[in-house]
Amino acid sequence: MTTPIALRVLEGHARAYRHTWRGTTVGALVRPVLFLAAIGVGLGTLVDEGGTASRAIEAPSYLAWFAPGLLAASLMQAGASDGMFPIMAGMRWIGTYKSAVNSPVRPRDLFLGNLLWSSARIATIGVVFAVVAAAFGAMPLERGALAVLPAALTGVVTCAAMSAFIVTRDSPQVLAGMNRFLIVPLFLFSGTFFPVDQLPDAVQPVVYLVPLWHGVELTRSLALGTEPALAWPLHLGVVVAVGALALAVGATTFSRMLRR
Amino acid sequence: MAPGEAFGFLGPNGAGKTSAMRMIGATSPVTDGYLRVLGLDPESEGVELRARLGVVPQEDTLDQDLTVADNLFVFGRYFDLPKRVLRERIAELLEFVQLTERRNAKVDPLSGGMKRRLVIARALINDPELVLLDEPTTGLDPQARHALWERLYQLKRRGVTQLLTTHYMDEAEQLCDRLVIMDQGRIVAEGSPRALIGTHVSREVLELRFDDGRQDDAAATLGRLDDGGPVERIESLPDRLLVYTPDGDAAIRAVHELDLDPLTLLTRRASLEDVFLRLTGRQLID
Amino acid sequence: MSAASASAQRATGGWRITPHRPLGRSVRLVERNLRAMRRGWTLFVSGLFEPMFYLFALGVGVGGLVGEVVGPEGELIPYGVFVAPALLAASAMNGGTYESTINVFAKLKWGKVYDAVLTSPVTPREIAVGELIWALMRGWVYAVSFLVISAVLGLVPSWWGLLALPAASLIGFCFAGLGLMVTTFLRSWQDFDLIELVLLPLFLFSATFYPLEVYPEAVRWIAQVSPLYHGVELVRGVMTGSLSWALLGNVAVLAALGSIGLSVAVRRFGRLLRS
Repeated sequence: MTTPIALRVLEGHARAYRHTWRGTTVGALVRPVLFLAAIGVGLGTLVDEGGTASRAIEAPSYLAWFAPGLLAASLMQAGASDGMFPIMAGMRWIGTYKSAVNSPVRPRDLFLGNLLWSSARIATIGVVFAVVAAAFGAMPLERGALAVLPAALTGVVTCAAMSAFIVTRDSPQVLAGMNRFLIVPLFLFSGTFFPVDQLPDAVQPVVYLVPLWHGVELTRSLALGTEPALAWPLHLGVVVAVGALALAVGATTFSRMLRR
Repeated sequence: MAPGEAFGFLGPNGAGKTSAMRMIGATSPVTDGYLRVLGLDPESEGVELRARLGVVPQEDTLDQDLTVADNLFVFGRYFDLPKRVLRERIAELLEFVQLTERRNAKVDPLSGGMKRRLVIARALINDPELVLLDEPTTGLDPQARHALWERLYQLKRRGVTQLLTTHYMDEAEQLCDRLVIMDQGRIVAEGSPRALIGTHVSREVLELRFDDGRQDDAAATLGRLDDGGPVERIESLPDRLLVYTPDGDAAIRAVHELDLDPLTLLTRRASLEDVFLRLTGRQLID
Repeated sequence: MSAASASAQRATGGWRITPHRPLGRSVRLVERNLRAMRRGWTLFVSGLFEPMFYLFALGVGVGGLVGEVVGPEGELIPYGVFVAPALLAASAMNGGTYESTINVFAKLKWGKVYDAVLTSPVTPREIAVGELIWALMRGWVYAVSFLVISAVLGLVPSWWGLLALPAASLIGFCFAGLGLMVTTFLRSWQDFDLIELVLLPLFLFSATFYPLEVYPEAVRWIAQVSPLYHGVELVRGVMTGSLSWALLGNVAVLAALGSIGLSVAVRRFGRLLRS
């Protein structure tokens, strides 16, 4: 893989981003912080008062339990949106990808370039979130910094998988569909807002197949210093395996769509 | 305007034709002066006026979310036409603009000519007394232009009055019974195409091209010919010399007798382009 | 053509324009949108799911953690009963806003739909009102299905809950009116990020997920500025069957904001389109 060219694609993203940073990054940063304040702090007051929480969650408070889940889920969302909009823009709305492949840039460089760009963005959002969460008293800063790693990995893997798929689609309707039927349910049901064992028994095995849930478990165990649901190599293995698969598929789909 | 007449605004881009059309069509406020269309004031009676007009705007403003037939149907409903009437009229209009086979197609994949024909059908859905056409063939290829002109001619024969703008003199000559020539928001001449040509320029034009730098000398030489001879007037353009003449052959003989030795030499009938050049000192299409 | 046209002329009685109907040709815009939806109905139906997902996640999932909360009349109610009305109100807000901003902006700037409409007898005012009616109709469909699902889940304890439907329409009216107004000020697609940045805090902090009492006294009045807060209070009041005169205050706020938005929008729409 020739990283230098992928880096040049990254630079292109950075340049374009200078003009649109206001909306996208502010949104991606502000959204999780708002959720943390409203759900973690506000709703957390109710959960902690209810007393039922202590039996259901293994954490000093709902805020402390919710914050790492939100961290992983937010970085997943950021990765998903980086795997959707820039790809649609590059392929169809603006068409920069189609002209880029007439230069020495190869299709997979575009794939990797976007992924690198997204990684940088995800890492930034993650670090800022960890600092804010620490300020809210949701997690100690040093634990938060550590917890950003699996959360960011989850986000990058999501970006890779999403862009590998989106590059093959041409209708913008698919974006709304992905958001409504994939991203929102993942955000809500991957053990982020409430423990998976609150779900009906029949549904629980499905959750174990969801990479985000594994990312959430890893992130939470690092943030709280507790044991994850399964052994951590297993959680990590699932996320890495999905990532590797997404990289392989993405290299193929990008080449297939852009080289004819 | 007489019923069934086609009246044109001819002028270059930016002459104020589209603005005039929008005011006449009551989609833009009247900036200054007095305007009555079909006896109505576009400012205060815009709704009543638009109900009696058909508009073909310069840009195809077709509804991308609707099929070909639905574009006509929905637009007809804007005029409160009953559904039964519309169904009948849509079939008729699609036939007229030769889009019957495409009635259930999406709009976007249609060719430029088809889209423009559909816009014309749409403009006719309310059986208008007057149709406004703003640059009807701009952006179309020659074949599609001729097909469209033919449809517009059919329309005229059916007694539909047309008001059109164009910056193509061939289009104005083809379609208009009467026209005004506009320049920088002003009307500089009015009449039928033939009358305008007859009044303002000679019958024929000789177009001459020369080697670099020799055009000015040739113009000067031709300019010294007697009045009443074959050369009525000379117009010097950046790339060629136009010699206005009542008799093209006589003018060619004169050029040869003077040993001007042009690179190319061509006689043609005088056109509205020449009228415009004469009246404004500028060309229609830069 | 001439024979058929002549019969059509008779059928319509020539060109008699009837400007005195209350909604005028606004309904024609609704007809247009209905036809256009024949293509995009899947997207419309899929819009039902997001609020449902939230209902399951919060009502059932988080509800299990919270247990019971203090309802409008000080009594303890299950968390699901508390949060369902708020989610219905929020979905009415989202429906009204998105329809009147993104979709209207797309028709205005990208699709050039209104440029053609304007050459017909339909006026800019009728376009604005038509789009508002359309937004309300869509919101109504969402509200009905959400209410049915909530009732099936046992989250609607009172028959007064049926009043949630007109309440949802009122919320839709409020946000569609404000949304249309905002749309006349938008310059590019990037401005939609800003709209989202306004909607999300409204969604999260309008007594949606917990009673205002959770906040310190000083912060509570901020939440009361939010139009959605009034929507949530209204729907929660009727869905839990706790009717009180205070709900009329919520109705008045929503109606006033929607009317202000709509009247500004109508004025600016005309200027924007007829230039």
